[in-house]
Amino acid sequence: MTLDSRIPPGPLEDKWTNFRQKMKLVAPNNRRKYRVIVVGSGLAGGAAAATLGQLGYNVDCFCFQDSPRRAHSIAAQGGINAGKNYQGDGDSVYRLFYDTIKGGDFRAREANVHRLAEISLNIIDQCVALGVPFARDYGGLLANRSFGGAQVSRTFYARGQTGQQLLLGCYSALERQIAAGTVEMHTRSEMLDLVIADGRARGIITRDLVTGAIERHAADAVLLATGGYGTVFYLSTNAAGCNVTAAYRAYKRGAYFANPCYTQIHPTCIPVHGEHQSKLTLMSESLRNDGRVWVPKEAGDKRPPNQIPDEDRDYYLERKYPSFGNLAPRDIASRAAKEACDAGRGVGEYGRGVYLDFRDSINRLGRKTIEDRYSNLFEMYERITDENPYETPMRIYPASHYTMGGLWVDYHLMSNIPGLFVLGEANFSDHGANRLGASALMQGLADGFFVISDTLGNFLADHKPDQDPIDTDHAAFAEAEGEVTQKIDRLLKIGGRRSADSFHRELGQIVWEHCGMARTKEGLEAALEKIPALREEFWQNLRVTGFGDEFNIALEKAGRVADYMEFAEILCNDALHRDESCGGHFREEHQDDEGEAQRNDDDFMYVAAWEYQGVGEKPKLHKEELNYEVVKPTKRSYK
Amino acid sequence: MNLTLHIWRQKNAETRGKMVRYKLADVSPDMSFLEMLDVLNEQLIDKGEDPIAFDHDCREGICGMCSLVINGQAHGPRRATTTCQLHMREFKNNAEIYIEPFRAGAFPVIRDLVVDRTAFDRVIQAGGFIAANTGSAPDANSLPIAREKAETAMDAAACIGCGACVAACKNASAMLFVAAKVSHLGNLPQGQPGRNDRVLNMVEAMDAEGFGNCTNYFECEAACPKEISVKFIAQMNRDYVKASLSKPSYV
Repeated sequence: MTLDSRIPPGPLEDKWTNFRQKMKLVAPNNRRKYRVIVVGSGLAGGAAAATLGQLGYNVDCFCFQDSPRRAHSIAAQGGINAGKNYQGDGDSVYRLFYDTIKGGDFRAREANVHRLAEISLNIIDQCVALGVPFARDYGGLLANRSFGGAQVSRTFYARGQTGQQLLLGCYSALERQIAAGTVEMHTRSEMLDLVIADGRARGIITRDLVTGAIERHAADAVLLATGGYGTVFYLSTNAAGCNVTAAYRAYKRGAYFANPCYTQIHPTCIPVHGEHQSKLTLMSESLRNDGRVWVPKEAGDKRPPNQIPDEDRDYYLERKYPSFGNLAPRDIASRAAKEACDAGRGVGEYGRGVYLDFRDSINRLGRKTIEDRYSNLFEMYERITDENPYETPMRIYPASHYTMGGLWVDYHLMSNIPGLFVLGEANFSDHGANRLGASALMQGLADGFFVISDTLGNFLADHKPDQDPIDTDHAAFAEAEGEVTQKIDRLLKIGGRRSADSFHRELGQIVWEHCGMARTKEGLEAALEKIPALREEFWQNLRVTGFGDEFNIALEKAGRVADYMEFAEILCNDALHRDESCGGHFREEHQDDEGEAQRNDDDFMYVAAWEYQGVGEKPKLHKEELNYEVVKPTKRSYK
Repeated sequence: MNLTLHIWRQKNAETRGKMVRYKLADVSPDMSFLEMLDVLNEQLIDKGEDPIAFDHDCREGICGMCSLVINGQAHGPRRATTTCQLHMREFKNNAEIYIEPFRAGAFPVIRDLVVDRTAFDRVIQAGGFIAANTGSAPDANSLPIAREKAETAMDAAACIGCGACVAACKNASAMLFVAAKVSHLGNLPQGQPGRNDRVLNMVEAMDAEGFGNCTNYFECEAACPKEISVKFIAQMNRDYVKASLSKPSYV
């Protein structure tokens, strides 16, 4: 099967307009005849469900949490980008497009990224209209801050809680549609399979997490907005419930998984302590506006940070990347931190940390200003570490944060399975090999508010419900439900000794060690031997207590870990196949004299989309060539 | 650290629950409270017993999912802190810790420490929004908002919807939660067109869900992990009176 990205014709800046002028529409009085399933209620899913509901479609929206307001978009701290140029500092749609393409190390589709930059303008307008309390200057106009990988201030923010405020805006629009009866919300409900009938995505199988009931849901289209797979590393900044299950089950039904090896390791997280730790907490990238990153010049310098004079400190980001300094992009800042720690210059109890120091900003701006900007982050840091960052520099270290890879989609956000659309972090489309800060919120809302309403209508206009009706009596539903039930029974009957959590932790250690910040052929091959062995033990020695027909947290967790046991192989396999370094994917074999990533555009200028071939079988590779018509890929330099 | 835990166990909404005693040894003071429960759950699974069900997700104090009453206090002893951000260094070695679900008529127990808080969603459905369809917005800077107004709106908007205010209140009142949303939107110019209907409809929905009234004990503010101020309850009461008086305004 050839991958058709369905990029509209015409010059780059006109493609989206051209598409919108020619797309097919569904008339308002016909929309109520369609049913659409949205899985996930974060920025992408919540915005999509609310918008499709407003348009008059019947929407069923699902989330595993107790309320759509809990989705993990809520934890995004720093901000959301938009090419508004409100600060008059030289920004534009083109500049945002270019920064995003370059930030992604020239591994994203030009057309998608340009559309994202165009739509960024509407997102801010829409969010203000919904009552999102963005930060403002004294004149009452919107304020901006800077984020990594850009030389302009284009990031809109609401203190350190931008994701929360955007999600609550989305959530309020969604709740309004629930009240209006256009959206039916299914909370504490987990998607366990995709149903494909006659070659089209026609529904899902879910488990009610309170009663354990397995349910069938049919629709004219299925939208997955189920987030990324960052918890494959076990320790990550993701929420405890984040998982790959919905996307992975769609993959097992034939949807292609694209570029899984593009994972983002965020440079500023609180370092690991102790073996029972369940998550790593992010300290927003916005802190790098005012914090300076450093380590001691000498390896083994154990003096307290405040006693190390400036001449004995290495502000390595400022030294290595003078143009961008502490605001170098995430992949580059993460690798630089790893390099410093590998050289024995790391700080803290385990030597896996670098300082993020606010001393100079506090001296320059006063403590009050720093409090206004970051007090909630400073308090969070103090609660977790018991150290006061106003007096002692923060200690930070990179951690798994976001995944650029995801299910393959075309320009319409449709996967290779007709009728299956994928939005937000769950798809692969806009960030290439590395995502810039404050761009995830932008993409989630662009997909959910502004892209899917047009591209889904275009699809549905050709798939009228009366011509191709579906209900849950179709044999495909019975088959999928049967497989789901069998899998649950199998998990419950193993009767082994180990909890799902202990397997997840062990899997995460393998993936972090061999497929984390730096990867090698040997390491990846070792991982590809260890993972199937661990999976085998999982299926023989797992213990799931309780029953299927009740609220059962052990069973929920076991199902998600079972999918990671298979998915981790896809991830390592992709990393092994991509024999180059780009963005978040750093192969040690491919670096220049200064340790910078070396791309190989001649051989790897494509999207790697993997097709399922069976558990433990090597997936089949499909390539979508990337054609750069406007931007000329160059060595990505932030010096 | 060694701990004695007394934890509420309840199979489901239909059965009666009870406190069950557990001993837990070698707890690190650097663990979060939920990590301590994770360790206990690992030990229970090892013994073939059902783990303790509790709600949690982001584990960084923002999603509002975690929800325990610890030694009688919603989210435990530390001010302005969710359960997931509470660390064991707040407790003494050999401490006895009592862990219960958020208790309120409007928050029925689902299992163990997990309660049903969908009543909050239904209160929001009644009016906790600005009715602005996607695509209908003017340029964001066409509407300047005085910084202090925007900051006050943000203070109220910081609510994470956890329900600690309800759990802490002897009347199980949701006034602080509702007031936070009413004040967030009411302080913004975009929120003015729906202001009267919003407060009337949300208060009506709040009463219909069975939440109690406010008798000014302010336990809600003390328990709130985001330190939402009770001054917003005063603002909501003002809005409510004004809206009630001006109700028949569509003449």
